[in-house]
Amino acid sequence: MVVTAPVLAVDGLSVDYITDRGAVRAVDGVSLEVAKGEFLGIVGESGCGKSTLLFAIARLLSPPAEIAAGSVRFRGRDMVAMDEDELRHVRWRDYSVVMQSAMNALNPVMTIGAQLKDAIEAHEPASSQKIRERSEHVMRLVGIDPIHLASYPHQLSGGMRQRAMIAMALVFSPELVIMDEPTSALDVVAQRSLMLQIKELQRRIGFAAVFVTHDMSLVSHFSDRLAVMYAGQIVEVGATRSVFEDPKHPYTKGLMQSFPSISGPKERLVGIAGSPPDLLQPPAGCRFHPRCPSVMPRCRTEEPPFYEEPADLVRCHLYDR
Amino acid sequence: MNADSAPLLETAGLTKHFRLGGYLSNRILHAVDDVDLAIGEQEIVALVGESGSGKSTIARLIARVYRPTGGEIYFRGRPLSAMRSRSEQLAYRGRVPMIFQDPYGSLSPVYRVSHGVLRALKLHRPALSKAARDEVAAQLFESVGLTPGSDFLDKYPYQLSGGQRQRVGFAQALASNTELILADEPVSMLDVSVRIGLLNLMATLRREMRVSFLYITHDIASARYVADRLIVMYAGHIAESGPTEDVLAHPKHPYTQLLLSAVPDPRAPISLPATSSVAEPPRVVDPGEGCRFRQRCPYAIEECALVTPRLRLLRPAHTAACHVATSDIGVPAKEQAATSR
Repeated sequence: MVVTAPVLAVDGLSVDYITDRGAVRAVDGVSLEVAKGEFLGIVGESGCGKSTLLFAIARLLSPPAEIAAGSVRFRGRDMVAMDEDELRHVRWRDYSVVMQSAMNALNPVMTIGAQLKDAIEAHEPASSQKIRERSEHVMRLVGIDPIHLASYPHQLSGGMRQRAMIAMALVFSPELVIMDEPTSALDVVAQRSLMLQIKELQRRIGFAAVFVTHDMSLVSHFSDRLAVMYAGQIVEVGATRSVFEDPKHPYTKGLMQSFPSISGPKERLVGIAGSPPDLLQPPAGCRFHPRCPSVMPRCRTEEPPFYEEPADLVRCHLYDR
Repeated sequence: MNADSAPLLETAGLTKHFRLGGYLSNRILHAVDDVDLAIGEQEIVALVGESGSGKSTIARLIARVYRPTGGEIYFRGRPLSAMRSRSEQLAYRGRVPMIFQDPYGSLSPVYRVSHGVLRALKLHRPALSKAARDEVAAQLFESVGLTPGSDFLDKYPYQLSGGQRQRVGFAQALASNTELILADEPVSMLDVSVRIGLLNLMATLRREMRVSFLYITHDIASARYVADRLIVMYAGHIAESGPTEDVLAHPKHPYTQLLLSAVPDPRAPISLPATSSVAEPPRVVDPGEGCRFRQRCPYAIEECALVTPRLRLLRPAHTAACHVATSDIGVPAKEQAATSR
């Protein structure tokens, strides 16, 4: 394998929400790397900071959220230090974002074609002919008849709207596409077909993808690596298959015990007792210790670092040896 | 379920149409068409389907939120349309309560979480004194896993997590003389790590409080986890119905087969089909005759466009509405695997 510089390198990134009761650290010291053409899944429950992390990476945070520490290096340049003007040149052309709800992210009073035209013109002046060609090209890429360039978002089905969002994200063949639960509003059949299409496009065009979801089983067949987030921190990261086949962190193990399966023997599952902590007052030591079935005395006071396992990095004292 | 006794609740030809557009519009949305289903005592029946398949409409029809356009619902053999008096309707609502999807929207933020339980007790069990109501409410909270119950009575919704709030919803549903709980996507808004707890609670309540559930969900894996029987809806019709494990092992309707192949299953080996089905469920406006799945169906024949398929018994207690599906009844078990797909 040729070692190349990662497309995206996040180092010690922390994001605070400034509230009346003080700063809430929604993302705490997250470091991760995404190689060229790699598909990274980030899973976690609501409130674990996964969407905030995405917004921080894409530099889309707005008050009361702000980046408190760390760096986001995209193709070697520090995005945190860039101002809006510099960002505008990079955003969408080199990396793009697919939001969770297409119904809210698309403009309801503009046709899909007009919205694509806006996006293209914002970055490079082009003739109507060129714009049309490119728009038709990306619509075909995502499997929508270009006739729908003349359609308004409400005239498309949920799956088609989500595809149109992806088409929009691909107009400039970016190197990185950041996706925030793009399939969560869809039915399983449409979800499966969209996931297959994303994977196919990724293979063909070669962009790297960061894909955030609460549904671990969704990415199980699609992502190369998987990062598991809990209470603002990454608790485990590793090759997707190894995380699924041999989860290390007690939280990941608990998550795996939370999904009923449609195949195999029917077994009683237990889930995870309790609920995620209030980030205004995160628990001392390991943030998972109040819910952890394998808790040890040191977990209550001492925050675990990442321990290296053969295929995984895991933030848990059980692996200190 | 005891096969000899009449079911707890039964629908016959249940139909609900909605008129679309203004007064002059003749466009009719067929939300639910000709649905026959039965729920036995202490039985958990899962109603599975995509959004728009009519599953929530069925729950609302049973809850008497909507009046059916056609057909009838029988509760313990008695037609609901014959329930005229207010006291009868009140008693029915107490026996067949509903649990909602959104635990954040279904509890009023200005009342204590015991408010709904206490109101239901006052309404449905007027003989209880105030002190007795508090005691029963505390017991109900304990039975849904909010322990100690008396501590939870005075809490406000904002002090509870999503999973705890949904448990309050279960306690409310149990506060009347409950026999059948209509649970409309009760766990879909909860975090994955707490969902299983509520599914386990459903199984416990069925056993200990002797109630039945109509569990409405789009998540077929969770349906398998709790339900005895599975009913698969497609575009307002029942596509397939039968014992859960039998439907999953021998799906007869092509739609059920498609649905099962689409469920992400981390335990399954990696298999990425070359082509993906892009088609999506139809909007059932003035659908006309014929199978509603035929445009997406790989096995469609001419008959499918002409005649709406009726449910046929294809395996013991297992029916599907498909012209093409073959029957396994009388077929030796060895050969069934080959014929069932």
